[in-house]
Amino acid sequence: MKTYICIVCGFVYDEAAGRPEDGLAPGTLWADVPDTWACPDCGVAKSDFELVVV
Amino acid sequence: MSAAPDTAALVIIGAGLAGWTTAREFRKLDTSTPIVLVTADSGDFYAKPTLSNACAQKRTAEQLVTTPAAKMAETLNVTLHANTQVTAMDTQVQCISVTGADGAAHQVAYGQLVLATGAHPIRIPLDGDAAGQVQSINQLTDLAHFQQRLGEEPKTVLIMGAGLIGCEFANDLVLGGHTVHLVDPAQRPLAALLPEGASAQMQSALSGIDVRWHLGTTVQSLHSSTGAHPLQAQLANGETVDADLVLSAIGLRADVALAQAAHIHCERGVVVNEMLQTSAAHVYALGDCAQYASAGARTLPYVMPIMNAARALAATLAGTPTSLVFPLMPVSVKTPALPTVVAAAHPATPGQWVAEELDAEAAHSGGAWRYMDSDGQQRGFVLTGKQTARRMELSKTTVL
Repeated sequence: MKTYICIVCGFVYDEAAGRPEDGLAPGTLWADVPDTWACPDCGVAKSDFELVVV
Repeated sequence: MSAAPDTAALVIIGAGLAGWTTAREFRKLDTSTPIVLVTADSGDFYAKPTLSNACAQKRTAEQLVTTPAAKMAETLNVTLHANTQVTAMDTQVQCISVTGADGAAHQVAYGQLVLATGAHPIRIPLDGDAAGQVQSINQLTDLAHFQQRLGEEPKTVLIMGAGLIGCEFANDLVLGGHTVHLVDPAQRPLAALLPEGASAQMQSALSGIDVRWHLGTTVQSLHSSTGAHPLQAQLANGETVDADLVLSAIGLRADVALAQAAHIHCERGVVVNEMLQTSAAHVYALGDCAQYASAGARTLPYVMPIMNAARALAATLAGTPTSLVFPLMPVSVKTPALPTVVAAAHPATPGQWVAEELDAEAAHSGGAWRYMDSDGQQRGFVLTGKQTARRMELSKTTVL
């Protein structure tokens, strides 16, 4: 499981946690997050997220 | 008649989120018009909200940079003047005067000019020989300086201001192993944003991680101390607090100096209309420095308004006049001890907070409040703890 960070506001999408409030069940892979999904904190598109290297 | 500018260049002052996002959005619509970006700092791009959770994530200020300035400039085809001060604007001949890092002064002509100068922390004068030791964190270099003073060992930090930024830093510093004292003149944290019940939850959640509260009082003076901690704060209520560092987080004031000097209409911020135009032709403003007509003459120092403003402004600058209409923009308070989402109504909206009745189990892990106006319509909301998962649901029932 990987995490992705919004380059604009720092919101983190964690594949393991998913985002149930947006209909993304825990374990939803980034590749399976719809392109129409937007950052819940700042509204930027999925393409403005980057993989977080830990 | 004013002379026509000898350039069609789009000139942007400021390389924060507002400046860079305007450049990025403009480039999506126009790949050929020259963009010149002038900034007093390095121009490195970073997510500003991460300033207040860097400690828990064990990230240095340097590591917060997501894209170095040179890479931003190259990707967006922007001519970048970094470490450069803008000393004057002439809105008649459409040019700005700048002084570069090498001290050389020159002029930059613009076809259209965007002010994205941001805001600076409000400082209140304190008495005492150590008053100059008070720090604020509003940009990357501030954080670097603060982290350097924080060092590796656990420290005691006094934070002035228990608003959004103060509470976020308090939570972050505790997670980083530090001791935190929060001082605020209000009787409760986040008093300007939250209903009393939500403030009480925040206070209790932060108490639970050992934040020490000093509410209903202010720091009067700051002195050097020979004790275990180098600083001692004298509070108005008679208490003294020993600390290693003092952070001021009492709010931001729009940076309007440049606009004011050029006789552009400013109030709490640079006044802009729905098109984000200032009182001067061809001059626009957005971000923390702007006072938006689209927001009922408010400044909105948050990320989401900037993204919306930049998209509308880019369209206008690219030749399609576009009015800015803000959607509902909930703000996340990044306090892991009590995650909180606030969608505030315009402060002039008459109404009252109504707490939702939750069953005992749900009430234990969060709360939900709706701001109801005199017509019985929901105009805002606050969600805390596990209830933050209902953000979409309450957004849908909110009337703008």
